[in-house]
Amino acid sequence: MTDVVKVADEAGLVEAVRAAIEAGKTLDVCGRGSKRDLGRPGQTDWTLDLSALAGVTLYEPEELILSAKGGTPVAEIEAMLKERGQMLAFEPLDYGPLLGGAEAAGSIGGVVACNLAGPRRISHGAARDHALGARAVSGRAEAFKSGGRVVKNVTGYDLPRLLAGSYGTLAVLSEFTLKVLPRPPMEETVVLPGVSPEAAAKALSAAMGSSCEVSGAAYLPGPVAARIPELKLDVPAVVLRLEGFEPSVRARRAMMISVLMPFGGVEVVETAASPGLWASIRDVRPFVGTGARAVWRLSTAPAAGPALAARLAEQFKGETFCDWAGGLIWLLMPGEASEADKVRAALAPHGGHATLVRATSAERAAVPVFQPMEPTLAALTQRVKASFDPMGVLNPGRMYAGM
Amino acid sequence: MTGLRLPEADAGVLARREEIVAALRGIVPGEGVIDREREMRPYESDGLTAYRQLPLVVVLPSNTEQVSQVLRYCHANGIRVVPRGAGTSLSGGALPLSDAVLLGMGKFNRVLDIDFPNRCAVAQPGVTNLGITKAVEHEGFYYAPDPSSQIACTIGGNVGENSGGVHCLKYGLTTNNVLGVELVLITGEVVRLGGKHLDAGGLELLSVIIGSEGLLGVVTEVTVRLLKKPDTARAVLVGFPTSEDAGECVARTIGAGIIPAGIEMMDRDAIAAAEAFVNVGYPLDVEALLIIELDGPEAECAHLLGEVSAIAQGCNATTLRVSNSEEERLGFWAGRKAAFPAVGRISPDYLCMDGTIPRKALPLVLSRMRELSEKHGLRCANVFHAGDGNLHPLILYDANKGEMDAAEEFGADILRLCVEVGGVLTGEHGVGVEKRDLMPEMFDEVDLAHQQRLKCAFDAEGLLNPGKVFPTLHRCAELGRMHVSGGQLPFPDLPRF
Repeated sequence: MTDVVKVADEAGLVEAVRAAIEAGKTLDVCGRGSKRDLGRPGQTDWTLDLSALAGVTLYEPEELILSAKGGTPVAEIEAMLKERGQMLAFEPLDYGPLLGGAEAAGSIGGVVACNLAGPRRISHGAARDHALGARAVSGRAEAFKSGGRVVKNVTGYDLPRLLAGSYGTLAVLSEFTLKVLPRPPMEETVVLPGVSPEAAAKALSAAMGSSCEVSGAAYLPGPVAARIPELKLDVPAVVLRLEGFEPSVRARRAMMISVLMPFGGVEVVETAASPGLWASIRDVRPFVGTGARAVWRLSTAPAAGPALAARLAEQFKGETFCDWAGGLIWLLMPGEASEADKVRAALAPHGGHATLVRATSAERAAVPVFQPMEPTLAALTQRVKASFDPMGVLNPGRMYAGM
Repeated sequence: MTGLRLPEADAGVLARREEIVAALRGIVPGEGVIDREREMRPYESDGLTAYRQLPLVVVLPSNTEQVSQVLRYCHANGIRVVPRGAGTSLSGGALPLSDAVLLGMGKFNRVLDIDFPNRCAVAQPGVTNLGITKAVEHEGFYYAPDPSSQIACTIGGNVGENSGGVHCLKYGLTTNNVLGVELVLITGEVVRLGGKHLDAGGLELLSVIIGSEGLLGVVTEVTVRLLKKPDTARAVLVGFPTSEDAGECVARTIGAGIIPAGIEMMDRDAIAAAEAFVNVGYPLDVEALLIIELDGPEAECAHLLGEVSAIAQGCNATTLRVSNSEEERLGFWAGRKAAFPAVGRISPDYLCMDGTIPRKALPLVLSRMRELSEKHGLRCANVFHAGDGNLHPLILYDANKGEMDAAEEFGADILRLCVEVGGVLTGEHGVGVEKRDLMPEMFDEVDLAHQQRLKCAFDAEGLLNPGKVFPTLHRCAELGRMHVSGGQLPFPDLPRF
């Protein structure tokens, strides 16, 4: 049985980590528990529950900054931003439904620790690109700060960005400061239906290489498109999102239609339906409700994406779709087996990495969940881990076996 | 070099200079090793010219294998290494040490791959920032970060410093525009981080390499994101009776959901100096001048120019000009871009500071700076990246009148003030040697120890660019010490620091 240590402030966090070190125990760092099945299955002694370490501590809309304690619900932050016409521009995906949990249940610490991003990744970056400052407690049971509360800062190493994507293996986020941005007043989606993967790659490249300022670009094969109700389609489609001030969106829609002319006729999804469409793509909704079938997330050079996605679907008898203009491939396997070696072998010629985001814990324990690294990089990664957490107290084994 | 402490030179290394030069010639043949004093002179300083020091020897490798061998040799022999790009650092990041090899990356000057379908380019670190844009602009693309030294500064140096520019509120800093690097560690080992895909995977090491000021490794290849050039860019030039009004205009613009491509502010002294130098028609009867640039589709620019103009009028603007041609827009910028040389004309010497503050603190900071100006008996002109809060106060002094110490003290007071109001020591120029000793104003011992242990993970002997960024050199063993009263060490195969 696992002991739960619940902390409500940074001093408590320091105490909890110190207690674990002294007792020779390891900690499962847990914000609100929505992504516990992401990563390698834990073999930890105690659960460090951060749900009471919550609250927005600073929000200055005109300075474009927001600070919140690690366990603050993302939903609370997003609601607060929405009220002032702002947003987390990296559009964090919600893993809840895909992993069989509740919707909108995650914490901001979890969003940052997993460096989440949605379709807007292509134009606005991931969580780390909005990281300004951090207060955190390392595996040495020491509280430290890094970064600041201003959007332009090169004072010292960029530890807030390092902590983003470290899955709680380096330090526990006590408070994080993010850059926030105005929410675009209008969005709509241009749809190019009936395209082959090859044509899709070319259309995506043309759209992204235009000055249309696309903020969402996906390729959806027929069966996937059919599961997104807003689309009313059952053929493969390229979908492109335009956001901004109304005169700008209208001008870019016209520009986009002419850019896509060589690839066929387009349709426009009106403003009302567009957000739902992109939420589906962001949260991998087309693959929700498929039980414990393995799901991969592949990051690769965008131009290779659609064709690679088609090959993966065929090779594994699974399903795929692409976000990030082709650079992000979601792969649903036909069963619980992850076929890790074969998936990574198929990706290898194009570069990038593959992460097993959903699988049974037995499967996640049996294969590398994160892309294995070259020995030099693996050793460097180990040294960085040890510099923050020499005893291996924080989320041991969550990313890599033995780290 | 008055007042600047640098790590004590290693007498053993100095004594072995001939042997070291010979070994380096064995790795980098011909003119790639420079050991004559006269030929090393150009390397004795960077953009922070107040400090000068000849290196032990200059090495100019031309491929990754040579960099790897040079670093492996230096590592094996306990020799310090100072990496250098174009030497445009304003914080002394590339200042040589008397017992260190200066590793110049200037021969890495090729763009290796331009990949329009993936909207990225792979460049060697010695390619200039503008060189990347020049290589891709025929297809309408560009590389977004545009530090004012972009004609000379290199992409490798930009990675080292996480360089910004006037457009970074909208387009981000170097760190938001680099997809991958090839990096040589001090041991000579080569690692690749990221590539043409959007996220590197694994720990976000790329993010600490960017802005690490040459302390973690030597970058030998950089993959950057390319953007399509916006269809239109237009600017509006607005004069205000007070800096408070100008600050209010910036706040209301952003509050209205508008993120301009750039917002620059100049104060009365800076306006006067720039106008006298380039004559572009800046109003001389205002306390603050804003240049607000909007880019994107023509319809968007037209719409936002209307919005911004209305906001400016509502903030007591006394003059307002909208650019109606590319020539006029560039004219608005000409004065701002010439601000540094313009100030150079009215003062024998000047010191350029680089703090960032929360925008709302601007009026307070400007008034406190006027008090500091009186206290130190020196004038100060201000240019300000108003969109992101990055201040560039230019302190005017005359070194021949012995005013340098006062100027440095004035500068330090300004940076302390930035930290006091919730800002930071450096927005884009880096810590280097210039702001090194002010680091404790912002970070306590524990904060700094977490940063320095990261350095130890990359460079356990502290051979890469020592004396920069951190005010105290700690041995890694001392930093790594940890008291353990129970439990077992979980990494038995790892060497303990």
